Amino acid sequence: MNPIANHRPRDFFLISNKQFLLFALLSILAIISILLSLLSGSVDISVSQLLNNLFHAENNLQTQVLQEIRIPRTIAAFTTGGLLALSGVIMQVLLRNPLADPYILGISGGAAVGALSAILLGLSGLWLSNAAFFGALLSILLVFGIANKFGNWSVTRLLLTGVVVSAGWGAVINILLTTSSTNNVQSMLFWLMGDLSQSRVGLAHFGLLVLGLAGGLMLSRSLNVLIRGELVAASLGIDVRALRLILYFSASVFTATAVTIAGSVGFVGLIVPHMLRLMGARDHRLLIPCSILLGGSFLVIADSLARTIIAPQQLPVGVVTAIIGVPAFIIILRTTIRK
Amino acid sequence: MATLEIQALELQIGEKLVCRNLNLCIQENERWGLLGKNGAGKTTLLHSLLGLRPITSGHILIDGKELAKLPRMELAAKIGILFQQGLSTLPATVFETVMLGRHPHVQSLLRDNPADVAIAHKALAAFDLDALSDREIDTLSGGELQRLSLAMLVAQTPQIFLLDEPSNHLDVAFQVKLLSILEQKISEQSACLLMATHDINLAARFCDRIILLKDEGEFLIGERDEILNEENLSAAYNCPIKSLSGEGRTLFYPL
Repeated sequence: MNPIANHRPRDFFLISNKQFLLFALLSILAIISILLSLLSGSVDISVSQLLNNLFHAENNLQTQVLQEIRIPRTIAAFTTGGLLALSGVIMQVLLRNPLADPYILGISGGAAVGALSAILLGLSGLWLSNAAFFGALLSILLVFGIANKFGNWSVTRLLLTGVVVSAGWGAVINILLTTSSTNNVQSMLFWLMGDLSQSRVGLAHFGLLVLGLAGGLMLSRSLNVLIRGELVAASLGIDVRALRLILYFSASVFTATAVTIAGSVGFVGLIVPHMLRLMGARDHRLLIPCSILLGGSFLVIADSLARTIIAPQQLPVGVVTAIIGVPAFIIILRTTIRK
Repeated sequence: MATLEIQALELQIGEKLVCRNLNLCIQENERWGLLGKNGAGKTTLLHSLLGLRPITSGHILIDGKELAKLPRMELAAKIGILFQQGLSTLPATVFETVMLGRHPHVQSLLRDNPADVAIAHKALAAFDLDALSDREIDTLSGGELQRLSLAMLVAQTPQIFLLDEPSNHLDVAFQVKLLSILEQKISEQSACLLMATHDINLAARFCDRIILLKDEGEFLIGERDEILNEENLSAAYNCPIKSLSGEGRTLFYPL
């Protein structure tokens, strides 16, 4: 067999047919998960009603449920999942650490302190989101400020700073939890586990995901090089310092946005990139779009389950991501045969 | 055309002076060896020639242009380096890794150009890695990883090759093969080469000029046969070194 023929690039941008197949399957998964999410809930909506309502709005209960509840919530879930998975990919490259996830540098901790303080003050809705975003922003700047001091911005220093700042936020979260009334603690726990029932998502959030996809694709070749090490990247023509700054701040903004929408939904940002790498998507030109698709679909499915398993009660979506994510990951880990 | 010119270079690592007032010009088709004992600053010097670490004073000129003023990509298309520490083994295949060498030349954002793919495959084949193209890099042996790093450098098609301990982990057959591949690339690409090595005999066999780093920022520089002798080497390595001649070659060995 001629190895050169084996690797001839096809007419599309991806490298091999196998990798194109992965992308195609994930696109189908995304469509199925979105349909599933739109169809599940306390009001029965059939597929034909769904299609009718999507293309010409009628003034009935189904339309109202779809337009006011299910479509926004599905978009919120997909956007959150996509942003978290994208941020996870970036953090893993930035820190060159397989255990890195979007929360490792303390962003979720800062957002949690913001959100929990807002709950304590009796704020909700937009104020709660703003408080969470402000907390995340504070944490991003704090970690960057400490790690960047003296101009020595090494991976280890950044990681240690992030972990220590996270621990600090953890202590504040515990203080808030132990000193709050039972009523508040319930909402606080939902926020901490990640919950989409209170989420509000605008076009700007989804726009950020699209922007992240475009930017990620533009940088994908550089990410392929950076993951081999900073010296290697610098010797191959990459401005490592600038690239790391871009990665740090973009991943932070994606995480902060996701956390603002849905609280700290765990697991998606850590597991989705790893699942895809195990399935052969190591090239970031493929890994980035695939991560967004799988992260988005994963959270949409998890959220559909979260609101139907023990309906009419809702589970926090973060619990469901772990319940289905853990076995799914173990199955993939065990069935992936290494060459 | 490819030249690497060093003018009045002074280089320091912390308190340690690597060299002071180093002047040299490496020209097309020249093969330079960089010798010196452990910690003498061979790696530091190589890294500074690529702008990977700051120099204390002096000038580094690539084809007559100041290093710091060259755009990074243009520089990377011209100078390539083999690092002493191998590649990090986060998951990737052999082929994906060797393709990274093409990074400075890549034109399109997402597609792989067939010409780049062909160059990458030729580089793999040169180091007998073509059969391992789809293998995960964390399953490779030390020697195979070293050959992969070398293949990546060859795929980069630089005109100035900087090599840091290229013979690490290589068996004797591959050491000889490496030298013949480098020789061929240098003549094909009108390139030049500077290799840091602890193997005096490898440098004696392959290089025509030598930089021998000594203590306190001192160094010797010149034609191979002027520099490589018992007296100079014994002083530089702080260890008695003898030579043995025969079959048109001189071998050096420690006492």
